[in-house]
Amino acid sequence: MSLDTVKNAEQTPDAAQPWAELGLKQDEYARIREILGRRPTGAELAMYSVMWSEHCSYKSSKVHLKQFGDKKPETDAMLVGIGENAGVVDVGQGYAVTFKVESHNHPSYIEPYQGAATGIGGIVRDILAMGARPVAVMDPLRFGAADHPDTRRVLPGIVAGIGGYGNCLGLPNIGGEVVFDSCYQGNPLVNALCVGVMKHEDIHLAQASGAGNKVVLYGARTGGDGIGGVSVLASETFDDTKPAKRPAVQVGDPFQEKLLIECTLEIFREKLVKGIQDLGGAGLSCATSELASAGSGGMRIDLDTVHLRDHTLSPEEILMSESQERMCAIVEPDKIDRFLEICEKWDVIANVIGEVTDGERLEIFWHGELVVDVPPRTVAHEGPTYQRPFARPSWQDALQADAPTAERLARPTTGEGLKADLLKLASHPNQASKSWITDQYDRYVLGNTVLSHGEDSGMIRIDDETNLGVSVATDGNGRYTKLDPYTGAQLALAEAYRNVAAGGAKPLAVSDCLNFGSPEDPDVMWQFAEATRGLADACLTLGTPVTGGNVSLYNQTGEVAIHPTPVVAVLGVIDDVTRRTPMAFAEEGQLLYLLGDTEDELGGSAWSQAVHDHLGGLPPKVDLERERLLGEILIAGSRDGMVDAAHDLSDGGLGQALVESCLKGGRGARIVVPEGMDPFVFLFSESAGRAVVAVPRSEELRFNDMCTARGLPAVRIGVVDGDSLDVQGQFTVALAELKDAHTGVIEALLA
Amino acid sequence: MTTRVGVVTFPGSLDDRDARRAVRLAGAEPVALWHRDKDLHQVDAVVLPGGFSYGDYLRCGAISRFSPVMETVIEQARQGMPVLGICNGFQVLCESHLLPGALTRNDSLHFVCRDQKLRIENNGSAWTRDYTPGQEIVVPLKNGEGRFVADERVLDELEAEGRVVARYLDVNPNGSYRDIAGITNAAGNVVGLMPHPEHAVEPLTGPTTEGLGFFTSVLKQLVNA
Repeated sequence: MSLDTVKNAEQTPDAAQPWAELGLKQDEYARIREILGRRPTGAELAMYSVMWSEHCSYKSSKVHLKQFGDKKPETDAMLVGIGENAGVVDVGQGYAVTFKVESHNHPSYIEPYQGAATGIGGIVRDILAMGARPVAVMDPLRFGAADHPDTRRVLPGIVAGIGGYGNCLGLPNIGGEVVFDSCYQGNPLVNALCVGVMKHEDIHLAQASGAGNKVVLYGARTGGDGIGGVSVLASETFDDTKPAKRPAVQVGDPFQEKLLIECTLEIFREKLVKGIQDLGGAGLSCATSELASAGSGGMRIDLDTVHLRDHTLSPEEILMSESQERMCAIVEPDKIDRFLEICEKWDVIANVIGEVTDGERLEIFWHGELVVDVPPRTVAHEGPTYQRPFARPSWQDALQADAPTAERLARPTTGEGLKADLLKLASHPNQASKSWITDQYDRYVLGNTVLSHGEDSGMIRIDDETNLGVSVATDGNGRYTKLDPYTGAQLALAEAYRNVAAGGAKPLAVSDCLNFGSPEDPDVMWQFAEATRGLADACLTLGTPVTGGNVSLYNQTGEVAIHPTPVVAVLGVIDDVTRRTPMAFAEEGQLLYLLGDTEDELGGSAWSQAVHDHLGGLPPKVDLERERLLGEILIAGSRDGMVDAAHDLSDGGLGQALVESCLKGGRGARIVVPEGMDPFVFLFSESAGRAVVAVPRSEELRFNDMCTARGLPAVRIGVVDGDSLDVQGQFTVALAELKDAHTGVIEALLA
Repeated sequence: MTTRVGVVTFPGSLDDRDARRAVRLAGAEPVALWHRDKDLHQVDAVVLPGGFSYGDYLRCGAISRFSPVMETVIEQARQGMPVLGICNGFQVLCESHLLPGALTRNDSLHFVCRDQKLRIENNGSAWTRDYTPGQEIVVPLKNGEGRFVADERVLDELEAEGRVVARYLDVNPNGSYRDIAGITNAAGNVVGLMPHPEHAVEPLTGPTTEGLGFFTSVLKQLVNA
């Protein structure tokens, strides 16, 4: 085939083009012709197709995402907001922290190891591109039923991929979630979060300005992997009738990424770049058009200078390739030599591939011929916007009416019955120990991990001298969100916020990964609209702005969509990490207090799933002012030494929280059911805005006074004691029996 | 004069900063050494840290042994300079033939990260003299290829000469022969250890502070020398 140059495109306006195969709709193709005033060349078509994909352009979601900006709370903490590679937050002492959670769902189902591995790689480069040293990762994961045969294929590969890549980069994995539900059977969710730290003056942005400045591509060579990853793979529903999509998955090389990190940080230290962008989804198409679009506009690229792994690649393929471990930097001419010298030191291949021009076009040449000549904004930022129709699903009312009342779902009425359900919950794959998974991740490397797996939040020290630290928690409950998307999204935020506060850190900002089914289904679009509205409203009330994140749609196989699953990450700051509050009951004799109000709220609960395999009713109510108050009490308790252990109450309620805190500390507890409270509701309700804390006897008066003065309900429910969990008048269960039930579950199913 | 302990950074080293922190907390001056530089900058001892030195897509440590810095480390180790190889560093020492045996894929076939109980079997080496023989300690362990193997003759020799430095207790996390977690050379100056003592030096971030003894031991060795 001869080269499709701009000149050729002008001369052959009627040539047939594969726009549909590249994932474009007919009206989108027409719009491209309108923008260019001619048909696009093959290379231009390739660029528009990936950049206008759902994954890159947010064309279905952006009308809803706007709310995160419109309802942004007033805060001094945000240094860089939505739109850059990741948001940046001021955490004091001159430090800034950047964090973001992103999805790699579709590739991880097709090719679990590489899909999950490159998910880590991609988010780490986003953080690096902001100027920060990546310091920790986390992985919120969702799988199909734990006992389904395909889960045995998907889960071990995903876990090994996350470990294989993250461990080799030397980034501690400090938390995340693992949830099993048959709704994720054909669409597992692999979300990856990275946290990075820098000084304020080190913040870098993705923009190309200054005519004459050089465009440098550095890192791995460009190969044929991942072509169409964002368009044909991540932006369509899985369907048995289409060809296998495995070639659209990228392959990762963590050692190359490690070199890229160290090399880039050294380049930052010497202040050698004007703008920088990582190459992820949509590869070079994305990096060049975004850099140019955010800068002065003009850029000229010579594709022949791109180092290739495969010399048969066409210009279209080079532009679409999603080969991993690549970055693109804008460098002033007098700094190029030093830039290349540092790359050489780290054995990183680097090449000048073009320069910033004073024009307004992105021009790309191949063998001396012009193959791309476009206004970069039309590629990067002016993609289509859809007002997708949405409507409350016809089945929503019936689902909400099916509440788990005592009449509908049998509740235990005896001590023995309560004990049996407690054990059933503790041994359900969703509540059981995840150590088989998390022990495959390095949590120690870098030597700053203060809290990690099994704790409410992951916490790291960022300054050895001052003990300044940050913590992150991620949460999301698809069952709650299915029952009521508005409330479900708010509950995800409330839980992550509470988890950060339970560790003693002050919540500052949010990143979210919104995992939903097909936007072409009005039911799904309604879930999305409701969830974003709920989350934006809640962020405004709690004063925690959304700093960035990602939307993953088309998590659907055929007609069956996943539960709507907004995963919310909250970042918090703690002035002195030595004051952090762990969740283990470690001191005999400490008093246990239940904070917050407990009501009969079991809709979407872990109990209704583990014991009755039921989903119906309404999720727990949200009271954001109460969440804020609870947070303030937990933070004050930690700072002033009034609380030695704290655990938020969520899935499985108080019963599950007691099991976890007892087992973690290796200590039992004697618990008294408060007068007038139903023991079943006391143990298994999932009312929000609650936590259990262990208070040293010497601090009881002070702690009680604080709760009373601030108006937070706090009831003493027992004491840390012995080697069993004893709910007085109901049942006693030995720690050894709890441990047996709680551990070994995942490995028995998968190993 | 403060004792200078070098920590080598290979391109894929990961626990190099942690090793330098441990050296500092033990009271010595950490010196960063670069893999391409033969010069050891007058250090008194060297730590080869954990990580994936050159990506380790071949055998772990197989390429590192040929790096410029290792030329000097091997030469000086043969002359008695204390060298501690942790995890990947242990693999490099075996590949360099400073220590016998090899480290292969964990028998579970999974990477494992856990708080590991060890028994210090020998406090005669340069890196263990601050422990008592039989002392039990807990330090983090994290590896994918940590299974120590050697033939029976070598294993018997190591045992007979008291060159097993540390052994896994309660759980053998990777299938190492005879539960071996660490060994030393005949002279006692070179020690290879699969677990990570540099991650058990601060109560805030480690399960214990029982790993610090490796780093304080070498200081005493050098002061007394």
